[in-house]
Amino acid sequence: MGLDTKPLSTLHEKSSYDVADFPVPTGREEEWRFTPLSRLKGLHNGTAAVTGGVVVDVEAAPEVRVETVGRDDARLGRAYTPADRVSAQAYSSFEKATVVTVPKMTAASRPTVVTLRGSGAGATAYGHILVSVEPLAEAVLVLDHRGSAVYADNVEFDVAEGATLKVVSVQDWDDDAVHVSHHHARLGKDATFRSFVVTLGGDVVRLSPSVSYTAPGGDADLTGLYFVDADQHLEHRLLVDHSVPNCRSNVTYKGALQGDGAHAVWIGDVIIRAEAEGTDTYELNRNLILTDGARADSVPNLEILTGEVAGAGHASASGRLDDEHIFYLQARGIPFDEARRLVIHGFFTQMLEKIEVPEIRERVLSAIEAELAR
Amino acid sequence: MSTLEIRDLHVAVGDKEILRGVDLAIRSGETHAIMGPNGSGKSTLAYAVAGHPKYTITSGSVLLDGEDLLEMSVDERARAGLFLAMQYPVEVPGVSVSNFLRSAITAVRGEAPKLREFAKELKAGMDALSIDPAFAQRNTNEGFSGGEKKRHEILQLELLKPKIAVLDETDSGLDVDALRVVSEGINRFRASGDTGVLLITHYTRILRYVKPDFVHVFAGGRVVEEGGPELADKLEAEGYEAYTSKVSA
Repeated sequence: MGLDTKPLSTLHEKSSYDVADFPVPTGREEEWRFTPLSRLKGLHNGTAAVTGGVVVDVEAAPEVRVETVGRDDARLGRAYTPADRVSAQAYSSFEKATVVTVPKMTAASRPTVVTLRGSGAGATAYGHILVSVEPLAEAVLVLDHRGSAVYADNVEFDVAEGATLKVVSVQDWDDDAVHVSHHHARLGKDATFRSFVVTLGGDVVRLSPSVSYTAPGGDADLTGLYFVDADQHLEHRLLVDHSVPNCRSNVTYKGALQGDGAHAVWIGDVIIRAEAEGTDTYELNRNLILTDGARADSVPNLEILTGEVAGAGHASASGRLDDEHIFYLQARGIPFDEARRLVIHGFFTQMLEKIEVPEIRERVLSAIEAELAR
Repeated sequence: MSTLEIRDLHVAVGDKEILRGVDLAIRSGETHAIMGPNGSGKSTLAYAVAGHPKYTITSGSVLLDGEDLLEMSVDERARAGLFLAMQYPVEVPGVSVSNFLRSAITAVRGEAPKLREFAKELKAGMDALSIDPAFAQRNTNEGFSGGEKKRHEILQLELLKPKIAVLDETDSGLDVDALRVVSEGINRFRASGDTGVLLITHYTRILRYVKPDFVHVFAGGRVVEEGGPELADKLEAEGYEAYTSKVSA
């Protein structure tokens, strides 16, 4: 099939608010083939009945407005249309949504922290969050997922003209949690979006961050860090849809895996549509496989429909700790365990510096320490 | 007073035997130069003694003050007092020079240096080797030029103060100025106490700055001739040809 007979893009085919528009996944579909459907507790086929039990608590900066609204609020779903079955299920099933608004030309004086706490593995819930950053406003937002739940949600980041939003999303669930989530950022003219995703805990976490642009000058930087332990499935599916000229995106995800049955999945889709001239994009995924029995699937897809790009590239590498690094450190007297710790820290260091919130950075550092001590 | 004693050492990489019976003894206060053509096994000797996993010791022994180095892990050998300055120092992403050196000093000395003293010691060491202090915050060897990497190796040598130092082609890739700075570092180390040096080199150039007491000519995986500094002069004049033809005969 030549380019001329392809659909507009093969990477972003479908979106709808209606669950019925998406067949129940079987696991053979490209977008579901890595996900262990049997461990989703029915989120994908409509059998996960809502019991509640995920409490959303917002500690907002004084300049920021926080509301809890019903399904009928007209602002919801404007920035994002669900792109798969679970996302549509969450969209049609949530009862209350949280709306965070950063008013026009306001710089929030401190981070706004949204804590989502699951009450236990029996809790099943659907959620929706809208973060609206009005023109020329600036804010830092933390999404902190804790406890345990079976939870599917959509988070919309609507970043208006000239606005800046920096998000840190921490998936620090208990071992038995199941979380399927979409984060979508819609960027206006000259808007800046920074996302830092940290996924550490949960039985299955499938997080799909995506970005679209409504006008030129949008700038998105998506960074992710994950540490996968035995029998955990942590999946990140990135999609950046360049549909307007002169926007930028950069995706960097790095993970470490250890233990039998540890499974990381990273999908990095970037579309540069015919009209998106002057696009500058790069995506990178690296996986550090620390033990036998761990597996990383890493699939970058770059679909370029114009010849006029400023830059477009991707890289993906999964491998073991480099013996030469370890040898060099050991040759200076540093014991093996300490050498390994230094190299793994080094693998994550440059990314950690990007976390805007010092408390979160410290927390992630100590979480990595704890993982290495296992 | 320390002695590194290498006896009848045979080393293979995979199925291929590289070292075929090496005997050497290096005592503190002595500087030995090993010279030889490319592929003669000089670097193999250095890495095998340090414990690089790529090399298999098929027979022989290596003792440091009577203790069997071959029974030790790589880091134990370093803590026992062996140092290898590498021909190609490894880039370690995300690990700063300062963090790396502090970890190494802590491991070798058995206790963490006080931060202030460490900072002072590091600065003095870097000054002596004309290393820009900004390097302390850079990732270990990452993006360093060849000369910067070699200075960084000698900085480690001076900070870790081993009993025996093996310097593997520390002179290669250095311009004259860098060669002088690096040689001065080696000479400071030699003058600092009871230390022995095994200098591995292809060229006689560095021997003008670092005077050896003994010269060993390496060919075909073993020492084929030994002598004093005058042997280096002979090699300078005649090259290695005599030895390489001897081996193949």
